[in-house]
Amino acid sequence: MIDRLGALVVAGLAATGDVSLFGLRALREALRPPLEVRELIRQVYEIGLRSVPLIAVAGFAVGIVMSMHSRSSLERFGAEALIPSVLAISLAREIAPLVTGLLVSGRVGAGIGAELGGMRVTEQIDALESLAVDSFKYLVVTRVLACIIAQPILTTFMSFTGIVGGFVAETVISNLSFKLYLDRAFSGIEFVDYIPATLKTAVFGFIIGTVSSYLGYNAQGGAEGVGRASTKSVVFSSILLILANVVLVKVILFIFPDKLR
Amino acid sequence: MSANDCLIRFESVSKSFGSKRILQDVSFDIARGSAFCILGRSGTGKSVTLKLMIGLLRPEQGKIFVESQEITALNVRELPPIRKTMGFLFQNAALFDSLSVGENVAFPLRRHTDKPEADIQDRARQKLAQVGLEHEYEKMPADLSGGMRKRAGLARALALDPSILLVDEPSAGLDPMTSSEIDNLLLKLKSERDTTLVVVTHNIPSARRIGDELVVLHEGHFIAHGTAEELDRSEHPVVQQFMHSEGGG
Repeated sequence: MIDRLGALVVAGLAATGDVSLFGLRALREALRPPLEVRELIRQVYEIGLRSVPLIAVAGFAVGIVMSMHSRSSLERFGAEALIPSVLAISLAREIAPLVTGLLVSGRVGAGIGAELGGMRVTEQIDALESLAVDSFKYLVVTRVLACIIAQPILTTFMSFTGIVGGFVAETVISNLSFKLYLDRAFSGIEFVDYIPATLKTAVFGFIIGTVSSYLGYNAQGGAEGVGRASTKSVVFSSILLILANVVLVKVILFIFPDKLR
Repeated sequence: MSANDCLIRFESVSKSFGSKRILQDVSFDIARGSAFCILGRSGTGKSVTLKLMIGLLRPEQGKIFVESQEITALNVRELPPIRKTMGFLFQNAALFDSLSVGENVAFPLRRHTDKPEADIQDRARQKLAQVGLEHEYEKMPADLSGGMRKRAGLARALALDPSILLVDEPSAGLDPMTSSEIDNLLLKLKSERDTTLVVVTHNIPSARRIGDELVVLHEGHFIAHGTAEELDRSEHPVVQQFMHSEGGG
């Protein structure tokens, strides 16, 4: 039992080391010209723009639900006027970064794991290499960078759609105007609420891009291997993202101790 | 064979996957402009030999030379120039799923030439016409039959007019007519462009037609090496069985 547990721990540490080296290699290769600009733009479109409908719907729904919950709590103290502000701060600081990260890890992580896994088992990655193309730069670096670029933009978009959703929930009950709602929402929010929390999503993007590319790029074993790579991409990137969030929030609180309390 | 004539050289090459030894101390030379056919049962390491030649796999032991350059000593960034001189037709064609057939063929031209877009598309259409797929430019690989995919893969492998063409199972899964057409195309490349062919095949009639030199790979070793007639005269039971099997022609 202990032997098996020990072996699992060792295997886990080895895999973490491999993924970390893979991610560092992606960053290093990103700095070495030439960059695959066309493929990077295509990936930003695939990963970023194509995630917009999912993020928009999710953000809108989260905004409505959070607004309803906030109202039920705050109206006990007669503080309904704070609802827009509470919602905006919650979205900007934590809800939008984390929910966007998890949604992107589901949609994009699975997609990258399956796509690269499929390319590996059907020898398309070998074909790229045989055509004198650096498959790591072409496939991995572009996807990791696209995730890093897309994640903060999608997070901002989710914050916005969340505020819109909150307004819809609020206006049904209190008939509040959109302008007044926005004034109240942004009155309590500062750049220090938005910037560090949004930048941390670039780290989430790095995690999603690296983990899913690693699992897809190294997939083995036909269709089953592709399925495994896809599933593991979602599971591991989600877990790592949640754990990284704990560390990053601690770091942000350490850097901005007064502003965020 | 003089150093000038020798285009590809394997020197005591060994390759394993885990505990399974695939190639064991294999040495051979391939002459410039010749057609070299590798025969053998499934899983004997024929495709591995091709992948070693283009640097997709690295041997545990031994040296591999292409155009007098030791590719086993090159790092990943030094390999592309030598790879541009080689074309590789994969067993299942390995076309890029996300690109149309024409875009697949145009891909290496876009990457490695400065030609204008119109010229690239013209050239891709010419290459597709060479393999009888001139009307399939816009189709996606998923919409092609197995034989058409293989021909499209061949067109892509030929896009940069390589001096060495590595072909993995050109006739696998093809009808006899298509298979014969591909053989004819390979022979034409060899005679007209002096392309060196390295062909992995199970198809003995095809190997007899194309190959100047044939080798039989068995349990990690080349157990026979020579012309088709020389292999016909071999007394090795595996070689006899192979050359005179049902598909042996």
